[in-house]
Amino acid sequence: MPDAGSIANLLPDLLADSSQLLPARSQMAFTLGFHIILACFGVGFPAMMLIANYIGLRKQDSVALELAQRWSKVAAVLFAVGAVTGTVISFEFGLLWPEFTDRFGEVFGILFTIEGIFFFLEAIFLTIYIYGWKRMSGWAHFWSGVPVAICGIGGAFSVVAVNSWMNQPGGFTLGSDGKVTDVDPIDVMFNGAVSYEVPHMILAAYLAVSFMVASVYAVGMLRGRRDRHHRLGLLIPLTVGCILAPIQFFVGDTAAREIAKDQPIKFAAMECVEKTHRDVTEYIGGICTDDGVKGAIPIPGLDSFLVGFSTDTKVIGLESVPPDERPPANTLLHLSFDYMVGIGSALIALGAWFGFVWWRKRDIPQTKWFLRAVAVSGVATILAVEAGWIVTEVGRQPWIVYEIMRTEDAVTGANGIWVTFVIALALYAALGAAAIFVLRTMARRWREGEAQSVPYGPLDDEPASTPGGSE
Amino acid sequence: MSTADAVGAVLWVGATLYAVFAGADFGAGFWSFFAGRGERAERARDQVDHSIGPVWEANHVWLIFILVVLWTAFSEAFAAVFSTLFIPLSLAALGIVLRGTGFAFHRLAPSDRERRWYQALFGAASILTPFFMGTVIGAIASGRVPLGNAEGDAVSSWLNGVSLLTGALFVATGVYLAAVFLVSDSRRAGDEDLVQYFTARAMGAAVVAGAIAVAGIFVYHAEARYIYDGLVDEGLPIVIFSAICGAGALFLLWRGASRGVRELAVGAVVAVVWAWGVAQYPYLLPESLTVNEGAADHETLVETLIVFGAAVLLVIPSLVLLYVLTQRDIVAEEHEPIAGRE
Repeated sequence: MPDAGSIANLLPDLLADSSQLLPARSQMAFTLGFHIILACFGVGFPAMMLIANYIGLRKQDSVALELAQRWSKVAAVLFAVGAVTGTVISFEFGLLWPEFTDRFGEVFGILFTIEGIFFFLEAIFLTIYIYGWKRMSGWAHFWSGVPVAICGIGGAFSVVAVNSWMNQPGGFTLGSDGKVTDVDPIDVMFNGAVSYEVPHMILAAYLAVSFMVASVYAVGMLRGRRDRHHRLGLLIPLTVGCILAPIQFFVGDTAAREIAKDQPIKFAAMECVEKTHRDVTEYIGGICTDDGVKGAIPIPGLDSFLVGFSTDTKVIGLESVPPDERPPANTLLHLSFDYMVGIGSALIALGAWFGFVWWRKRDIPQTKWFLRAVAVSGVATILAVEAGWIVTEVGRQPWIVYEIMRTEDAVTGANGIWVTFVIALALYAALGAAAIFVLRTMARRWREGEAQSVPYGPLDDEPASTPGGSE
Repeated sequence: MSTADAVGAVLWVGATLYAVFAGADFGAGFWSFFAGRGERAERARDQVDHSIGPVWEANHVWLIFILVVLWTAFSEAFAAVFSTLFIPLSLAALGIVLRGTGFAFHRLAPSDRERRWYQALFGAASILTPFFMGTVIGAIASGRVPLGNAEGDAVSSWLNGVSLLTGALFVATGVYLAAVFLVSDSRRAGDEDLVQYFTARAMGAAVVAGAIAVAGIFVYHAEARYIYDGLVDEGLPIVIFSAICGAGALFLLWRGASRGVRELAVGAVVAVVWAWGVAQYPYLLPESLTVNEGAADHETLVETLIVFGAAVLLVIPSLVLLYVLTQRDIVAEEHEPIAGRE
């Protein structure tokens, strides 16, 4: 029998336990939200620089080659920062969620070992590419960059597949004691959510990079720099982005329908559906409350139609599960989802504008409003990526492994997460500021026409092997 | 040998490669940090940049590899280690971030003052990161990590003699390897002055690393008896091999030999890692969890081995390509003009 003393001791212990969940979730959300921006660049940027490189080699275009070279230097910086913030994520699997990794590491871990290979190859070939501009022949150098783009996609597949697995866990059997047995790696890898979540994220990465890069050159053009360098710097990423945006819309739409089927409670929270019913109204914007959505634009029947192509489709509501199995922050989820869809639509509109003008005039639209739209599209797209992660992660709560393990059961028993969270906040804020500052310094130097070595230059014009050559 | 043993060996191969290559990169940061001021110091720092610039990220990936193999194949041990040793591992993660970004940013800094600042950050973090990692190894080796979620003492598990000594030893071996590598790189660059500069430092580091290793015998005897017993028993031939390699490397350094030093120095460090592995076997966490007990589902272990096979086929040739291109200066750091130094 527990005596009064041990019960008195138990209470602070319980408080200490549950108090770790919020800081752990905050730290995970923040560090992942930061890393995902860099990860997008790791996945999508190499392709952009290779396209410029290809054009440069194919058409003997020195401006395109210069763009490729500069982009590779930006990629080098972002990749270095992404490598370390990604390492932090892998530490956090143990630091924050040891119970999760303890129980399910043997299930999802294999995907990370595969990711490790892709990351390795990406790091190796990106280095060869970045440092190979001077002394490799043009096409050999180009081909050394191709594995980087392939491994970026492969790595994204492996990592996002783990997240898909958390949403649609499969490929193992749970014994009566809760222990995992009969792991089937293929079923883990190709779990129920992979087919839509993985392409959705890879496309998102490409879109984020496309519009971010395009926005940099749009800002330059708005400041009156309309040379060929800026025009090509805008044209290459914008073309890629505008081709991919409609594809992404289709993939995202499919994903939403699949989620309505596979994770109905997440979908109900995204759309603020309280009760299960038919002919469900689609609300655009607004605040979710217990008695309906306030301040939204209602479109009767559309939600049901989007889920099953008929207004008669039944949509499962939040009230179908007990309150402790519903995600928190419905309004945040709802608005994040709407924002993502809104940005997706806006990007398609931007692409249509660009495509139409290009078809008629073979030129970038000359109006300032077009350039302004491109200038804000970069940050807007990055925010859409963040919104998407909010939807998938907050929307899965309270589960870390959907309907199998609750997040509160996965958290570490270690104390002090608030401290590490605050340190992470301060550190990443400084890191982000420093990265932007360094990139701006690089851009300024390039603008000031600082001597830059010519790609594929003759072998003997710089004694690169002499240390101290910069003295 | 069971499948679990094979995966354990894979883990050890990863740990060895990390200890040698990333260890040397950490050590290079140490030399950058303590180079001081002046023309020669700047030249030494440039040589450090030139040597590790193209390879440090690839070398860093071995850590990711170790972590993912650990949590895939031995998830129970991973959870126990990361929850009990929350503090040193958080500090190591902090160090990794500061070191990587400090290095990536310093070449691009707008002014000399900022470049020095980033360089100092890189250097300091290059010392603290392996130190905290070493304290983690010490905690495991001395049996202070019980199974479960944060069951061990959050502080005394890694603030103890074995942990502090192992932390110091990881720093020292990296510093030693870095100096040896930098001797070769300076020689290849034709800078005789730097060859002497780093030779003297390599000899000093060899003596210090050796002294820490000897001190370790006593500390492990007192606090990590299981490992000690293993080291003086089945691990003894490897320990002796390490000592011979270390002494040989020191002799060649003293003679100013241009060949063989790197190989012997690497041999000495590799032997330390494997002596520890042999001494700890069959335990993953000494005396509470063996490799077989802590291993994942058989299917997962087989998959891990298959992935490792793929890694050997794909990654190793790529790494060799990178090292060869680097050593031949085909893949080489361009000397970006740095403000204030032109």
